[in-house]
Amino acid sequence: MDHTKTGSNGIRRARVTRRSVIKGLGAAGALTASGLMPGAMRYVQAQSSAPIKIGFQAHLTGIGAGYGRWYQRTTAAAVKLINDAGGIGGRPIELITEDDGTDPKRGAEVVEKFATEHKVDFVFGTLFSHVVVGSAPTAGQLKMPYFVVSEGYHVASGKLNRYVFQPGITDVRSQVTSMAPWVAGNLGKKVAMIFPDYAFGHDHRDFFSKAIAAQGGAAIALIPIPATETSYTRYFAQIPAETEVIYHVMVGPGVLTFVKEMGEHFGSKRPQIFGFIDSLEAVDIASPGLEFLDGTYFWEAYPRYAQKDQSAFDRFYRQAVGVDDKGAALNDPKDISTYSHMFGCWETLYVIKAAVEQSGYRSATPKDKAALIESVEAMTDFAESNEHPQGAKKFNGRIHQVFGHQNISKVEGGRLNVVHRTSLEDGMYEPEADYRTQSL
Amino acid sequence: MSFGPHLLLALLEGTVTAFVLALTALGLSLVFGVMRIVNVAHGEFFMLGAVLAWAFSTLVPDSPALGFLLALVGSALVVGGVAIAADRLILRRLNYAPEPTIVATIGLLYIIQQVVLTVYGPNANPVVPPINFRVVFPWFGYSGYKLVVIGASAVLLAPPWYTLTRTRIGLVMRATQFDRETAQSFGIPVDRVYSAVFALGAMLAAVAGVLIVPIQQAHYLMGLDPLLLSFIVVILGGLGSLRGTLVAAFVIGISDGVISVFYSATLAKIIATLFVALVLVVRREGLFGEKRQ
Repeated sequence: MDHTKTGSNGIRRARVTRRSVIKGLGAAGALTASGLMPGAMRYVQAQSSAPIKIGFQAHLTGIGAGYGRWYQRTTAAAVKLINDAGGIGGRPIELITEDDGTDPKRGAEVVEKFATEHKVDFVFGTLFSHVVVGSAPTAGQLKMPYFVVSEGYHVASGKLNRYVFQPGITDVRSQVTSMAPWVAGNLGKKVAMIFPDYAFGHDHRDFFSKAIAAQGGAAIALIPIPATETSYTRYFAQIPAETEVIYHVMVGPGVLTFVKEMGEHFGSKRPQIFGFIDSLEAVDIASPGLEFLDGTYFWEAYPRYAQKDQSAFDRFYRQAVGVDDKGAALNDPKDISTYSHMFGCWETLYVIKAAVEQSGYRSATPKDKAALIESVEAMTDFAESNEHPQGAKKFNGRIHQVFGHQNISKVEGGRLNVVHRTSLEDGMYEPEADYRTQSL
Repeated sequence: MSFGPHLLLALLEGTVTAFVLALTALGLSLVFGVMRIVNVAHGEFFMLGAVLAWAFSTLVPDSPALGFLLALVGSALVVGGVAIAADRLILRRLNYAPEPTIVATIGLLYIIQQVVLTVYGPNANPVVPPINFRVVFPWFGYSGYKLVVIGASAVLLAPPWYTLTRTRIGLVMRATQFDRETAQSFGIPVDRVYSAVFALGAMLAAVAGVLIVPIQQAHYLMGLDPLLLSFIVVILGGLGSLRGTLVAAFVIGISDGVISVFYSATLAKIIATLFVALVLVVRREGLFGEKRQ
């Protein structure tokens, strides 16, 4: 059918009919649906310069927000460095950040959104164990390489899947195993443990109890605290009188209250106290009410206060992220970092970079993903460097877990001084799983 | 710790919980009693009070005591203003119908929470207590400020209590509660009474938030717990009964303190909820609620 007619002046004019309008709409719709067409076209022509898209699953709100803020800053600093130095195999990183509200259900949704909407190459950056556990199955189903920075034992336990890796931060089992001998030898053998009542805390409970028992000691009280708790005095009453060491690990917005109430309860008549710095991450150790902490000990993955023997790598890393010698933001001394955790984002990004370059990964095809995963699994050693400023590490490809040095620091005059650093061997344990037997 | 000191600590903790709960729940009970609406956003007024207390305290960083007084007055006034606005803009337009107001206050809950998240941010910020000392018992130490909270709550409970039971304004409120239409035909400005009641209820929650913030830190998600506990208290005490609310606040607060010190906090919540269910089976109107046809 001809929809045009010749006008009196001889020019053929289009006649607008219902059918032509519908056709036009359809064509426009198809163009829109294909995505930002000019952008997509550009990369088809120049595959090699297309960015590597990394989805950053961040705890920007909810109970993990203090960590999320610093995970974001550390990640931004590392991405900038990598991109300024030419990117990953010549391709820049495009970081896409989505907030999961520190919520397991939203975590899984975020992973799905990264895969289906943003079409990222990898997802990275999750910290809180319940969010990791909630998100990992989705990552596995979507065959999305998922690099977490979480500390929990869930990756190494073999209970997740082949797509989940923790190459930037040591897991809780290794941390507590490596430190138990020092605690038993220097502080005491009867330990009362206070920990959050979910996966991360249960890792502490299970593995430290075993580790201290292996040293001839015992966990004489196990005191779990619900995740949403806001008041802690009641729990301190459950600490037995014969306790030699209080072992505490707490996370979330209530940590300052937790430590303050511990001080009010015990004052100077306290047992030895050994805490995980988690109980004070993003909190100033010089806060009013925390004076009693002087002379107590903390685990630190990475010393918040620059030590006398500070490495050149630490100096470089601090400067790049924007952290001063006391672990606070350069532009705001009251904004304390989560120094013992956030380095994991930095180091993980460099592991991703190495894996992409070694495996020849080009795009999110099953073949390239498989090559990437096998390439990470083949890694064994990370040397202390600007890429791994926290220290040398060993990676176990069977359980997708990295093992690093741990530090025990003493609070002295309102700062943390390292008194003991564990060796890599101290934290090794017999792997209970082998992800490599799972199909890709 | 032996039984005696253990019990002392449990009672202290329970008393603090009870007084703060009494303030918060009284506000919820008042709003339900007079306006017959269930305010699901009540916990957010508590949170707003705490967050504003942090904001006011940063205005006078050198004097925690002055900052605290400023916060007490300032937060109450601001939250009262927010409540009046919510009443005029939302509740009045729904004609205070029970079901729509529940949905509307759920919406209000999220709006307040998200606005605070946007403006104040996701972090927990500490507020220095106005008075900082440690009470030392032979067996354990205790926060002196928590004792201050007990005293301050008792003092702050008095004026609303007196107003409601002994003054003309209280009489007008009670008349409105008893029969809205008759009150209106006797020339009582019901609309204004409702606004005032909603504001007063919110201010009580805000003041409780100000008192608690030096202990707990201000965080945008802190409104949930007080909301749930207040509901338990108000239902147990009898909907709309102020005396019942106070009695129930003490029953729940002290038992929560004792059970959570001797056993666990989760068990305390389970028992409180079961107890409410049991009371409702035996006495549907709650402990002190008036019987209705």
